[in-house]
Amino acid sequence: MASYGAMPEPPSDDKRWRIVNGTMRKNGFARHSLIEALHTVQSSFGYLDDEAIRFVALSLRVPLSKAYGVATFYHFFTLKPPGRHTMTICTGTACYIKGTDKLIAEAEKHLCIKAGHTTSDGNISLMTARCVGACSRAPVVLSDGAVAGEVSREQMLAQLERWTVE
Amino acid sequence: MTSEELEQIARSVHQENEKYDYEINVCMDLACASQGADRVRGALIEAAKAAGKNVFIRKTGCMGPCSSGPLVRVDPEGTLYHKVPDVKAAQIVDALGAKPVAELQCDLNEHFEHQVRVVLENAGYIDPEKIDDYIARDGYKALLSALTEMKPAEVVQEITMSGLRGRGGGGYPTGLKWSTVAKAAGSPKFVICNGDEGDPGAFMDRSVMEGDPHRVLEGMALAAYAVGATNGYIYVRAEYPVAVARLTTAIREARRRGLLGANICNTQFNFDIEIRLGAGAFVCGEETALIASIEGQRGTPRPRPPYPAVAGLWGKPTLINNVETYANIAPIIRNGGKWFYDMGSERSKGTKVFALTGRIRHTGLIEVPLGIKLRQIIEGIGGGVPGGHTFKAVQTGGPSGGCIPAEMLDLGVSYDALMAAGSIMGSGGMIVMDDTSCMVNVARFFVEFCMTESCGKCVPCRAGTAQMHTFLTRICTGTATMDDLERLVDLCATVKEASLCGLGQTAPNPVLSTLRYFRDEYIEHIVHKRCPAGVCTMQPAEATVEVTA
Repeated sequence: MASYGAMPEPPSDDKRWRIVNGTMRKNGFARHSLIEALHTVQSSFGYLDDEAIRFVALSLRVPLSKAYGVATFYHFFTLKPPGRHTMTICTGTACYIKGTDKLIAEAEKHLCIKAGHTTSDGNISLMTARCVGACSRAPVVLSDGAVAGEVSREQMLAQLERWTVE
Repeated sequence: MTSEELEQIARSVHQENEKYDYEINVCMDLACASQGADRVRGALIEAAKAAGKNVFIRKTGCMGPCSSGPLVRVDPEGTLYHKVPDVKAAQIVDALGAKPVAELQCDLNEHFEHQVRVVLENAGYIDPEKIDDYIARDGYKALLSALTEMKPAEVVQEITMSGLRGRGGGGYPTGLKWSTVAKAAGSPKFVICNGDEGDPGAFMDRSVMEGDPHRVLEGMALAAYAVGATNGYIYVRAEYPVAVARLTTAIREARRRGLLGANICNTQFNFDIEIRLGAGAFVCGEETALIASIEGQRGTPRPRPPYPAVAGLWGKPTLINNVETYANIAPIIRNGGKWFYDMGSERSKGTKVFALTGRIRHTGLIEVPLGIKLRQIIEGIGGGVPGGHTFKAVQTGGPSGGCIPAEMLDLGVSYDALMAAGSIMGSGGMIVMDDTSCMVNVARFFVEFCMTESCGKCVPCRAGTAQMHTFLTRICTGTATMDDLERLVDLCATVKEASLCGLGQTAPNPVLSTLRYFRDEYIEHIVHKRCPAGVCTMQPAEATVEVTA
């Protein structure tokens, strides 16, 4: 068994780092568990910041450049903190055929942000998804992860309004 | 685990089920769930309790006609109810053993008539979280009989004889792939299941992984036995959290029953499976990119040869098949290769699952014998285009495929026929378009997809798809010339010929196939600055919205 030397200290005493550490330990701190570790960071903290990427890279003895490369290569990873609420509009083919491009344009206009961004008050993130696999119910919109099918412009705007006045 | 023990489990499940007078199966797949299936299930449980009836209520995977959800099936009669609101639960329970509730009864005879269920044989009949439900429907029987009665080479032989071809889209003969890995020198060997269903508009693999996860595990274990592998990976999209959870449960249960792990079924065979999460990169559906991703790297493909069969994961011989391919293995071993060979068309054997969506009446998951006419799928199973619109084209194969026009509806669905028509079988997305869809716009949509998903490793794909997108945007905004069209065609040839992997090589397909059948629409956009379907604004892109964040 090779000696791993001193392990880096977590960036803070936030308990969530224990979960991240747990994933890495489960994989024997192997370099190939980089993506798994980043998944755990994102599911625990909601996004990947420099500190987290640095901690994971050091723990797995992966060059920082490589860890950053992986974190930015995959669309699922986000380097920005999400808003309190997230609306994800599916842009799969079936949804596109049924007009989600118009839904996105409406939502962008309503929130005054581009898809992929969060409102300046940090309340709502507007995201797009490649396909969530609910194509038979297109167009599909996820409100904080809850899947809704055959969503109309009015339904979507009403949801955004509810989050705004909350 | 021995075959006697397997039978014992099956018997006890049947005995348990016989204690109940009725079974109510509630489809809990994503589409039904998004229409309130959970509330319906809760209401049914309450209603059964209130009525004092002896009913078993089961959560199942996808039953098929998703547009009619939430779906509920009452057994033993097999009455299928559709669009069930939770307030009707009491009525359904009252009708048990009497006349079914007519207003909720699903009359989709034509929808089911043309279908043959092999991969989906358990979908809608088992609780995907219970291994015993799977065992009670002949699950793991094939694995057990192969381990005790067949040599690995005989398993490969059976798969070769079945004529099964890869269901991920390429259509490479599965038996040939298996025998290459089996013969390859090197140890250990790996088996990978490609569950990175990135093709937008397709959800067959999600439904199989969520609705019948053990079928995938059994297929992988059989493959591992056949090629001599000891470790397996299932690479699943992180966008499918339910599939990940179901597979995790399934792997744990299979280990507990001794169907995965060391000395499976008291034989010398060891095999275990781990899950690896994708992270939203379409290119990872390409086998060498997928391997890079499992190794913890950026998912970029590498030139082949060497093929993964010879040097794959960590340089070792690796078998990669798609979810649906593995889902076909257990029934083939159970019923014999000949049984499978007798289904389907001349060079495309067996059945294929399709996700039928878009502008069609009955959307959902279907399974048909290969060779079936497109018209039967669209008009028979799908019920045609709704709302008085006319059918224009069906898109198969996602961003790597093409559009097939109305005049070719009598085409038999097979790998070769679709290829000849300028499309591909693909993983099984079938998106129907009507007169409200603009084919140029659709082509632009797919090219935009490939442009964003291009990994950037090779120039033809990285720069070529971006330039193709520029041309198509010009056409859609009425600023293109006929010279642009010529250059687009030229560029398509370059991207197709010179790209490193399948993503780039097939990225021009949506453009080329729409140009082949809908050239007049392109001309109309360029010459008359008019979009026949009224989709394209024919205006230069609107000023971007104000960004405040």
